[in-house]
Amino acid sequence: MLSPSPEKLPSAGLPPTLEPGTSPWRDAWHRLSRNRLAVFGGVILIVLTALCVAGPWFMGNDYQSQDLRLGAVPPNAAHWLGTDTLGRDLFSRLLYGGRISLLVGFIATVVALVIGVTYGAIAGFFGGKLDSVMMRIVDILYALPFTIFVILLMVFFGRNIWLLFFAIGAVEWLTMSRIVRGQIMSIKRMEYIEAARSLGFGRRRIIFRHMIPNILGPVIVYTTLTIPAVMLLEAFLSFLGLGVQPPMSSWGVLIKDGAEKMEEYPWLLIFPATLFSLTLFSLNFLGDGLRDALDVRSSKD
Amino acid sequence: MFRFIARRLLETIPVLFIIVTATFFMVRFVPGGPFDGEKATTPEIRHNLEAYYGLNLPLHQQYLNYLDRVVLHGDLGRSTKYASRTVNEIIADKLPASVELGLLSLTVALVLGLAAGILAAVKRNTFLDYAASAFAMTGICVPTFVLGPLLVLVFAIHLGWFSASGWYGWTDRVLPSLTLGVVYAAYVARLTRGGMLEVLNQDYIRTARAKGASELRVIFRHALRGGLLPVVSFLGPATAGILTGSFVIETIFQIPGLGREFVNSAFNRDYTLVLGTVILYAVLIVGLNLVVDVVQVWLNPKLKFE
Repeated sequence: MLSPSPEKLPSAGLPPTLEPGTSPWRDAWHRLSRNRLAVFGGVILIVLTALCVAGPWFMGNDYQSQDLRLGAVPPNAAHWLGTDTLGRDLFSRLLYGGRISLLVGFIATVVALVIGVTYGAIAGFFGGKLDSVMMRIVDILYALPFTIFVILLMVFFGRNIWLLFFAIGAVEWLTMSRIVRGQIMSIKRMEYIEAARSLGFGRRRIIFRHMIPNILGPVIVYTTLTIPAVMLLEAFLSFLGLGVQPPMSSWGVLIKDGAEKMEEYPWLLIFPATLFSLTLFSLNFLGDGLRDALDVRSSKD
Repeated sequence: MFRFIARRLLETIPVLFIIVTATFFMVRFVPGGPFDGEKATTPEIRHNLEAYYGLNLPLHQQYLNYLDRVVLHGDLGRSTKYASRTVNEIIADKLPASVELGLLSLTVALVLGLAAGILAAVKRNTFLDYAASAFAMTGICVPTFVLGPLLVLVFAIHLGWFSASGWYGWTDRVLPSLTLGVVYAAYVARLTRGGMLEVLNQDYIRTARAKGASELRVIFRHALRGGLLPVVSFLGPATAGILTGSFVIETIFQIPGLGREFVNSAFNRDYTLVLGTVILYAVLIVGLNLVVDVVQVWLNPKLKFE
């Protein structure tokens, strides 16, 4: 490679004769919009979210009205996805539950992402004593008993959906920060970081503009793994009493209940599990597409 | 490297101290005590029980006594739930099953996960990649409390190949190890694929190809070293979790492991058992994260021990 491609030079240093390049983010957006699988995943996610947010307003059945004489019936015209053992409409329970699950998945993951990436990047970049202290704090947080922590949260602050986000976010960022730290350490002695340093860029700019964009691959992959973990953790927390309470529901809780009755009433497991999987598959396609779109190297092939 | 390890081992002391202290006071702030269970106790019985376990002393005195016993004698105390048993005995009794299940699951996770991940990365955007990714996604989408009963239904009840629960012969080992292993295999596969894709485009891989290294050598000798970095970071804490047992798996398959004690001890307010399991888990976390940091330097020559 005799002449470096324009993207690799800071735009301030470009001679005016070169054609104006587009920003890397616009390039990425362009590549993403041409990836059919990723667009498909994105569209499904938007449709599902819209259904869960707006759907319940248009439903004939609500999530809590019971019809005990009906009991658990398979899908039919009145109840499209059947009913549970208390005669509650599964479809509307799924849509209401989706609001909770999508919200938990989104907020707790954003919390984990922001804290984990920033924390891991700072520890990995500065290294030395600071890194030691920061990583030992992570070790401590890993080891503290989660069940006790959750019970204490409930005792001091009562039942509150925001506590759920906090409790999940508080544990999910730990592994993210260790992954980010490992990646940052592996690239911090690369030439382009040296170059950025010798150009006199500040540390903050080097970390956030030059290093983090280059480790986004593993970050995106781990994020798409965090979201299902978070949604299932919510089911465990609801079991402990933090999280959603009956008659309200969530996908994790519905799957858990369905698993207990899978032999007698299979639809109670099949529909929640299908919706859950559809969401996660879409998310995954979108994540893979994002990863590919943000990978500057592979796009040069 | 030895200086690095020695320094890290020294750092372990304050870490464990903080964990024990925080946990000791956290469990005490939880409402309810070990003797508030369903059985009615008269004030006299209660008083005697508290005296027996030393729970009538001032809290700071209890704390100092506990530290003294643990540090000087390695004695984790007596369990309040399982009368007449010590926490050391309970751990010695239940840990082996969890460790065995953990090692089997870890093997399943690494073999399946690495194979699927490497295949997906090398044959990127082909049918093989999609098949491997679909396998991984299925492992992530189907939680253990669904996969476990499903496998039991098919392989134990309908086909009768393996047993549904218990922990005696090898037929008891298959289904729980698979259930737990497939979940972790899914994580390993996704992270391996992601990590491999990061490095397969790097210049040093091109150099390796240019100098005529065979494709297998390029993948296993050069690409895998860099590509495994995120997997290794993930595996440290994951191994600690997997070795100390899983609450869900042990409940489904009726395995006498330690995983259930992590959750139950908290519900029973069994202060000493909570602390004992936390100390065990903490030692594993700290130790495995140290191993991870050493392996990372070995995998990536650009890193240094610092």
